[in-house]
Amino acid sequence: MYDMENQDQLLNDITSQEYQYGFITDIDTDVIPKGLNEEVIRLISFKKKEPEFMLEFRLNAYRHWLKMKTPEWAHLKIPPIDFQETIYYAAPRTSPKYQNLDEVDPELLETFKKLGIPIEEQKHLAGVAVDVVMDSVSVTTTFKKVLAEKGIIFCSFSDALTEHPDLVRKYLGTSVPTTDNFFAALNSAVFSDGSFCYIPKGVRCPMELSTYFRINTAGTGQFERTLIIADDDSYVSYLEGCTAPKRDENQLHAAVVEIIAHDRAEVKYSTVQNWYPGDKNGLGGIYNFVTKRGICRGVSSKISWTQVETGSAITWKYPSCVLIGDNSVGEFNSVALTNHHQQADTGTKMIHIGKNTKSTIVSKGISAGKSDNSYRGLVKVMPGAINSRNYSQCDSLLLGSTCGAHTFPYIEVGNKSSIVEHEATTSKIGEDQIFYCNQRGISTEDAIGMIVNGYAREVLNKLPMEFAVEAQKLLAISLEGSVG
Amino acid sequence: MEGKEILKGINLEVKAGEVHAIMGPNGSGKSTLANILAGKTDYEILEGEVTFQGQDLLELSPEVRSRSGIFLSFQYPVEIPGVPMINFLKASVNEHRKFKGLEPLTAGEFLKLMRAKKDMLHLDSELTNRSVNEGFSGGEKKKNEIFQMAMLEPKLAILDETDSGLDIDALRIVAEGVNALKTPENATILVTHYQRLLDYIVPDFVHVLYNGRIVKSGGKELAFELEEKGYDWIKNGNDQ
Ligand SMILES: Nc1ncnc2c1ncn2[C@@H]1O[C@H](COP(=O)(O)OP(=O)(O)O)[C@@H](O)[C@H]1O
Ligand SMILES: [Mg+2]
Repeated sequence: MYDMENQDQLLNDITSQEYQYGFITDIDTDVIPKGLNEEVIRLISFKKKEPEFMLEFRLNAYRHWLKMKTPEWAHLKIPPIDFQETIYYAAPRTSPKYQNLDEVDPELLETFKKLGIPIEEQKHLAGVAVDVVMDSVSVTTTFKKVLAEKGIIFCSFSDALTEHPDLVRKYLGTSVPTTDNFFAALNSAVFSDGSFCYIPKGVRCPMELSTYFRINTAGTGQFERTLIIADDDSYVSYLEGCTAPKRDENQLHAAVVEIIAHDRAEVKYSTVQNWYPGDKNGLGGIYNFVTKRGICRGVSSKISWTQVETGSAITWKYPSCVLIGDNSVGEFNSVALTNHHQQADTGTKMIHIGKNTKSTIVSKGISAGKSDNSYRGLVKVMPGAINSRNYSQCDSLLLGSTCGAHTFPYIEVGNKSSIVEHEATTSKIGEDQIFYCNQRGISTEDAIGMIVNGYAREVLNKLPMEFAVEAQKLLAISLEGSVG
Repeated sequence: MEGKEILKGINLEVKAGEVHAIMGPNGSGKSTLANILAGKTDYEILEGEVTFQGQDLLELSPEVRSRSGIFLSFQYPVEIPGVPMINFLKASVNEHRKFKGLEPLTAGEFLKLMRAKKDMLHLDSELTNRSVNEGFSGGEKKKNEIFQMAMLEPKLAILDETDSGLDIDALRIVAEGVNALKTPENATILVTHYQRLLDYIVPDFVHVLYNGRIVKSGGKELAFELEEKGYDWIKNGNDQ
């Protein structure tokens, strides 16, 4: 059920046309010179005091990346990116970590406040453990203790490398191999930090795990790496949110998220992405090239991706599921909104390998302004994946006539006992609907926010409560100025 | 609209406390009149003026007309998928309050108000948990319009064929609602095709719209005359 109080709130909250999170934090930062070569990779690994296998992993990825080319198959116009102009490592200098909020740089706290990150005590009580990633190095981690009692490991990737190197070594790159694609290879070579999560056998994680990402230093590429492992019969719900300060030059973001689910384990991964989308004229904005993949290794395991994408100038992202275990389940629920000159090419891949595997895809695209929004999905049922099922529903909603919506569904079914269904619709916001709202005293802008949220509701309902509210707010804010 | 002239001669004065019925055959321009009063933008107004409480109505946006007290019960209420009725109404009520300089209602106050109005209209409480008009039957849609009217307490309510498509029970509920909401301060324009509704809601005036013109006005007895003689009576008198 919707929380009407909050829904109301959000529609009333809409005041500013500008990107809300456009501020820059002035913090002393430790930066490696821009550019990429083996020396830089060695330096990153050295600064982070990594074990030897990690450096090997990075160098292998780098050598492979050198032979790769940027993918060109997406329905995107990607300006050439000079990878030698990017800074590959920047860490806030104010280490070590703090035990107490009072010790934290006040500027940083101010930043968190503006972002509304639940870092204060009251927010802790709300049951959200936050691992804040600020320019690559995890600054503070909360709730670690509570989790530790259950044997749950939730920490920065760097900490995981020091404290649980064997686990990292066992799973890193097993879901997204270093050679998977250009951006995944780049990430594997240079990733600076990220989050690590391990849920032991039979444990239900008692709270939502949450990470907020934030790009801060000018010209810094953000290369996050997330690794989530759910052991047999475990459950975890993981939230990822991100906001980036306003910058005029484009910034590169190439994250990798790997999920591994063992027998009967369930992982829910939710994202609200609102990286800076660029201004009305298409100037600036984040380039977001993300590789996310979950492997349902175990029988009856389940991985679901829920994403609300409103940010970035360019989004290239296909959270996927590989259903290896018999009876395993994959889900993809997505709302992707583009406005002004934003471009998004997003969707999913569902690879059915095990028997009786099931996948569901619900994609809701919303395009406004001069933006371009594509759904790209692959449903592949291998010959051995007998009695498998997929249901896909891809809807597009258009606001105005200068935007584009495209659907590229690819379906390959390798056996006769499986059933794959695909439905697609394209609609426009009806003048009649807007007039109906107007006639009840609701302004056109609020009406559109409301109608769009209604359209996306099926997906928003899959998000944890706090996140759903933020997502609704974002949808409405992102459409401001899209109607005359 | 699209080069077609729909309304040609309308001269109507509605005072507080009055109920006016506008009758006329299909296509005579009843909905057009209702839509124009509510501010639908697809019509071009070539000439004429509309004054509402001393204000030039045509100058106001539809939302401001609504907040100023004009309510249109739509002939065909539109569905808004995924938007719960309760959220929609709360936004609406609070916009009206803001316009009057009042604080928004808290969730508790709002629910209380809603319950009171539902009781008054004998409304199924489940309707408000569904999306705006989505999957509602014809009758449910009309009742939902009257419910919104009850929540907003307009100065001028325009009911566009709220009676059509209703069975007798629903018709009675709708009519009772309209009657219950009547005060000396507000006025109602009932747009209807049939005389039936007027058995339940007694109008002070009846106007007959034909071919975009009000061709006849009178008291409630005019409705009976129409019922008896049919619209042909009007047509014959006016086509020559
Ligand atoms: N959107 C429109 N475009 C063109 N003609 C219209 C439109 N709406 C109504 N009309 C025409 O205007 C006339 C009056 O319609 P309407 O106001 O709906 O009549 P009523 O409600 O009395 O049945 C009809 O001839 C109808 O076809
Ligand atoms: Mg009509």
